[in-house]
Amino acid sequence: MIEREVDIAIIGGGPAGLSAAIAAKKSGIDDILLIERNESLGGILNQCIHEGFGIEIFGEALTGPEYMQRFIDKVEQLKIPYMLNSMVLDINEKKCITVCSPEDLIKVKAKAIVLAMGCRERTRGQICIPGTRPSGIYTAGCAQNLINLKNYMVGKKIVILGSGDIGLIMARRFKLEGAEVLAVVEILPYSSGLPRNVVQCLEDYDIPLYLRHTVVDIRGIKRVEEVVIAEVDEKRRPIKGTERRIECDTLLLSVGLIPENELSKMAGVSLDPITNGSMVNENLETNVKGIFACGNVLHVHDLVDHVTLEAELAGESAAAFVKGELRNESNIKVTAGKGIRYVLPHLISGKNDVKFSLRVMYPDRDKKIVVRDGERILKKIPKMRINPSEMIQFNIKKEYLKDVKGLTIELE
Amino acid sequence: MKKKFICIVCPNGCEIEVRYSEGEIEKISGNLCERGLDYVKRELFSPERSITSSVEVRNGLLPLVSVKTSKPIPKERIFALMDEIANIEVEAPVRIGDVIVKDVLGTGADIIATKNVDKRVQS
Repeated sequence: MIEREVDIAIIGGGPAGLSAAIAAKKSGIDDILLIERNESLGGILNQCIHEGFGIEIFGEALTGPEYMQRFIDKVEQLKIPYMLNSMVLDINEKKCITVCSPEDLIKVKAKAIVLAMGCRERTRGQICIPGTRPSGIYTAGCAQNLINLKNYMVGKKIVILGSGDIGLIMARRFKLEGAEVLAVVEILPYSSGLPRNVVQCLEDYDIPLYLRHTVVDIRGIKRVEEVVIAEVDEKRRPIKGTERRIECDTLLLSVGLIPENELSKMAGVSLDPITNGSMVNENLETNVKGIFACGNVLHVHDLVDHVTLEAELAGESAAAFVKGELRNESNIKVTAGKGIRYVLPHLISGKNDVKFSLRVMYPDRDKKIVVRDGERILKKIPKMRINPSEMIQFNIKKEYLKDVKGLTIELE
Repeated sequence: MKKKFICIVCPNGCEIEVRYSEGEIEKISGNLCERGLDYVKRELFSPERSITSSVEVRNGLLPLVSVKTSKPIPKERIFALMDEIANIEVEAPVRIGDVIVKDVLGTGADIIATKNVDKRVQS
């Protein structure tokens, strides 16, 4: 076993980890270790070969691999040390990390840690679809990996459950590769993907979208032979008599993402039951001093640009912590009020400008996001159209946050 | 003829209704700005899309390299383009921006690599 010490350890070499590492280095910390379990950096962007990344940061619609390469090149250029094929097995509250690497088992004692492990897909078991257990059932991201990186076609007649962005993008991908995409089935009364993807992935290819429907049975012995879909009522329960069979050989599941926080829990980090990510203050620091979180492990994002910007803050904060310059005076609570599913950060100091990120509960039109401290209204942001699939971000200047007791953000 | 669109130019997502004939918009409603009109015009009379896919790589560290069209191509040529690139193989190494096919199907768009794939070292 090798033992070593570093100033900042960053767990995960995807877009969040890359950007946190670059920001930490630029903030004057050289002793960084970026730890990646896969054989290359870039994380999920490796397999996201479609376009649309980087519009906010670079002003152009890049593909995932192009976007990630810009950051990997920067990491190389700045000579930031990283380890590949290295899996973190444990983190304790003393910020001691156990890494299983091809070299050896390594114990890394870090002054600060940035959690950037990303998220994973919800599976069949987690949504309890009845039926047999044949081959041919994949999560959408797994199918994306197989077709885009390994050159395996997963099926010929495909049904997709869930209309999140990955599901929509895979519908188009399989159609382009010659498969029949028979249906995209969504339990909600609206698509949970971006409107752009509904138009360009489904409508362009005449792929039917069944809203208020779900899969109630999977049939087949060796391979999926058919699935049964049914309409659901207001409480998302299948309505008897509305069942219909769809003959297919593959079912893709695009039914949500869960931040991958097993390591965070080991370190004693408190999680938010709504986001499944950690509770953080305005520096993106968790309740464990010196441990920071960013990207999809903190909350699931829809745009990688937002991940990058968030991770920059986490990297800068970690660097400030190591230099003893980080002041943690965040004790003002931020609460998600009416119509808001969650808001980040959970705690602020009232002494700095803060960027807030939030998601609404339901799609709607002509609403206002209202930020208030008791009866005092700090800010009103009119929104012509709001959608749970689109994260909303805004800044509040410190002048407005002076003497604030507690913030509530709600929809009006 | 009548058709409904959701404009995807900006996050407002205007629901636009349009009445049109051959090459001409007769009536449009629901768009908050001129860009909505441009969007609908393009979608009705000359829709174009950028396409991303992948092609096989010989002797690469990965079996595939991801690719894209250098600019949007007419929507009705999408499947012809997919057929055209289905049988292409390139030799590693490949770098981002390498032109894989020049002026594919005479569309004026090139097929370019969007990923670096290094050469596999023979052991």
